[in-house]
Amino acid sequence: MTERVSPGRTEPGGRRWYSIAAPTDQRDDDPRMTATPALAIELVGIHKRFGEVHANKGVDLAVRRGSIHGIVGENGAGKSTLMSILYGFYEADSGEIRVNGAARRVRSPGEAIAAGIGMVHQHFMLVEPLSVTDNVMLGAEGGPRLAHGARQVRAKLAALARDYGLTLDPDAVVGDLPVGLRQRVEIVKALVRGADVLVLDEPTAVLTPEEADGLFRLLRILADEGKTVILITHKLREIMAITDRVSVMRRGEMVATLDTAATSPAQLAELMVGRRVLLRVEKNEARPGAPALVVENLVVRDAQGTARVDGVSLQVRAGEIVGVAGIAGNGQSELLEAIAGMRPIAAGSIALDGAPLGAAERDPAQLRRLGLLHVPEDRLRTGLVPSFEACESAMLGFQDEQRYGAGALLDRGAIVAHTLAEMEAYDVRPRAPLLKTAKFSGGNQQKIVLAREIERGPKVLLVGQPTRGVDIGAIEFIHRRLIALRDAGVAILLVSVELEEITALSDRIVVMCGGRITGERLPDRTDERDLGLLMAGVSDRAA
Amino acid sequence: MDALSIAIAVFDSGVRLSVPLLFACLAGLWSERSGVVDIGLEGKMLVAAFAAAAAAHATHSAWIGVLAGVGASVAFALVHGFAAISQRGNQIVSGVAINMLAAGLTALVGNAWYSQGGRTPPLDGAARFQPVTLPGAEAARGVPVIGPLYADVLSSHTVLVYGALLATLLTAVALKRTRFGLRIRAVGENPAAVDTAGVSVAALRYAAVIIAGVLCGFGGAYLSLAQAAGFLPGMTAGKGFIALAALIFAKWRAWPALGACFLFGLLDAISIRLQGVSLPWVGLVPVQAIQALPYALTVVLLAGFIGRAIPPRASGLPYVKER
Ligand SMILES: Nc1ncnc2c1ncn2[C@@H]1O[C@H](COP(=O)(O)OP(=O)(O)O)[C@@H](O)[C@H]1O
Ligand SMILES: [Mg+2]
Repeated sequence: MTERVSPGRTEPGGRRWYSIAAPTDQRDDDPRMTATPALAIELVGIHKRFGEVHANKGVDLAVRRGSIHGIVGENGAGKSTLMSILYGFYEADSGEIRVNGAARRVRSPGEAIAAGIGMVHQHFMLVEPLSVTDNVMLGAEGGPRLAHGARQVRAKLAALARDYGLTLDPDAVVGDLPVGLRQRVEIVKALVRGADVLVLDEPTAVLTPEEADGLFRLLRILADEGKTVILITHKLREIMAITDRVSVMRRGEMVATLDTAATSPAQLAELMVGRRVLLRVEKNEARPGAPALVVENLVVRDAQGTARVDGVSLQVRAGEIVGVAGIAGNGQSELLEAIAGMRPIAAGSIALDGAPLGAAERDPAQLRRLGLLHVPEDRLRTGLVPSFEACESAMLGFQDEQRYGAGALLDRGAIVAHTLAEMEAYDVRPRAPLLKTAKFSGGNQQKIVLAREIERGPKVLLVGQPTRGVDIGAIEFIHRRLIALRDAGVAILLVSVELEEITALSDRIVVMCGGRITGERLPDRTDERDLGLLMAGVSDRAA
Repeated sequence: MDALSIAIAVFDSGVRLSVPLLFACLAGLWSERSGVVDIGLEGKMLVAAFAAAAAAHATHSAWIGVLAGVGASVAFALVHGFAAISQRGNQIVSGVAINMLAAGLTALVGNAWYSQGGRTPPLDGAARFQPVTLPGAEAARGVPVIGPLYADVLSSHTVLVYGALLATLLTAVALKRTRFGLRIRAVGENPAAVDTAGVSVAALRYAAVIIAGVLCGFGGAYLSLAQAAGFLPGMTAGKGFIALAALIFAKWRAWPALGACFLFGLLDAISIRLQGVSLPWVGLVPVQAIQALPYALTVVLLAGFIGRAIPPRASGLPYVKER
């Protein structure tokens, strides 16, 4: 089913991916290289499981000293996990970490710091009520009394401001700083501890483009000074602009490591998303009717004020499926959540059946009453309550309906009977309304959510990642249901990171990158390469 | 008696009554500043009071009594620490368990050992703490107002009272000016930040919980060896909970904790003083109403008069890295 590109193997396409092996011969004939080997970091066969999730599956990585090494991959690919293992924050289940060529135990951040590794985490590790000095000093106070350490830290802050332009007010309270400066505190923390290897996990997600450029200049200076930088991002533009080499992760595996100069955004996008055997779904020509969902110039900001959706306009007509493609993390999730009323919108408008939605209507419960139903992307977090019985999960959000009992009391018999009927209709296995939701497989949980939403007779159905973590049989079932729903005249907005799912189901495809729509395509007039370019932000004029 | 001597007597007893509150409040401060919620202050003080009285009775040494009280309290603190830190259990449940265990165990063991309805035999002489007279107290007594204030309110307390003051000073300084204090403040706000800075979250929290145990130990020993002369079942009488209220009132800071505890102690003293007194306008105040005064004030103060009291952000939350 899944075809994976493994390092060092020639793919059917005829391309050959680089193996990540270090140029060992070079080491041998250069004596200096033997003293300080060319590889600053090597990770060998790293495995890590979080319960059911196999976040890293035998990952290998080699990073050359003095280089900027990018790691790309979709959300959930396992990048942060891998780096947190290198930093000793998580302990790998198995595998080896080598620093400067020597195997090293890195089982706590303390040991990583001692090995010269510093990390700027995706979610900052700062103590907000404390000052910049206190935060920088924490863990490296230089003695039991703070006054002494604080003096030293101030001197170091001044030096870093002078040498790298990393200006910070030592007395400012971190919680009052804007995100750009908080990140600077994190970088300074690592540098003050004498990091030789600096890992930055999605540092630009919170930065404006100008701030990002400033950061990149700094990283280049550090690399030129001989420090090693590992940069995680899923923005391919940044990878192309700043890195020397780039590794691609997909679903817990390291699929390739390439010289940046020898690759292209489209190739990286393809590697990140992966290619799977195309699914074919039987479907007739769509007969679209009037626009049911119209989104205009929608802007959605996150808590930090960064625009996640940046002026998106789209239409979904009754009886058509519009697929939103994109590399995970490019605003698709936020778009879906904003339309579903789960996120405030900063600007723009949403209209349902020709009627614009006011603030009062943009509320999930109200929207459901208006016929806009939602199968959320993350079924375990927003779609279901894992610890509830299946029949309870099957009525979430609709518990006030008459059929579940009138008045204050729920009619348990009716709930169970109703769930059983839905389970029959959607082939949920086992047909056990009283079983805990968490005990069902991913596919069956997804069917419970789908049944719940579809049974309410939507006019517009929002569907996020309908087949993530779902087995093949269930995928087919779910796809057929969605097509049938379309044929019955429902407008469906589908967000998926599975390209083949998008191309198989959609009547029209829009591609998002960086919160904007970079292009629109008809599924039979495009191919993966074309879509890959749009996903990588190589926008076409037609957009 | 003139108004001044009444006031001085009330203040004097306010100081005495606030000491166990202060010890417990500082204990809660350390624990919660590190991120471990501690509603077991009451229970720890109770076992400490019992252990202190029992040891003092056996050895005729108040100091050995204190040592035993601290030991018992620290043992209970470690149980709470194990549940909350190592086992990542619910800290409220663990605290409640500590309180119930303490109430039951002290009564049971007390009865089994001494057969006096759970009491320990009365203590006297070296088995209790005696008041110490501060230098110059007698000479100063003649000075108007300040003299009696110094001689009665400040002087002539047991050494544990001054110990509580010292503990406040040490807490304030340690939190603000030492490496350990910085780490404790940080771990209660964002344990992940401490962890990624290369410092053990568990070790810090255990240290804080042990400090809380030691302080509750002093508080309990004060109850049975200084305030009273022996142990009575349930003698903490909710002081551990009032201390928690004072902690919120003080917004988890040491010197304000001293102020808050003194306020509550003073209220307690006033309510004792008012018993059986007929007030103008009101008449004879019912005993129950007077006794409820400190609690009523707690509720009123907490409900709105102190502004927003934001607890350490990570308090009550076990540190879990992997879901
Ligand atoms: N602390 C954790 N506990 C449980 N699961 C986790 C934890 N961290 C990450 N995961 C899971 O591991 C997978 C990889 O996550 P992550 O490394 O954060 O991916 P990325 O950084 O590439 O977006 C995801 O499925 C995520 O849900
Ligand atoms: Mg990540």
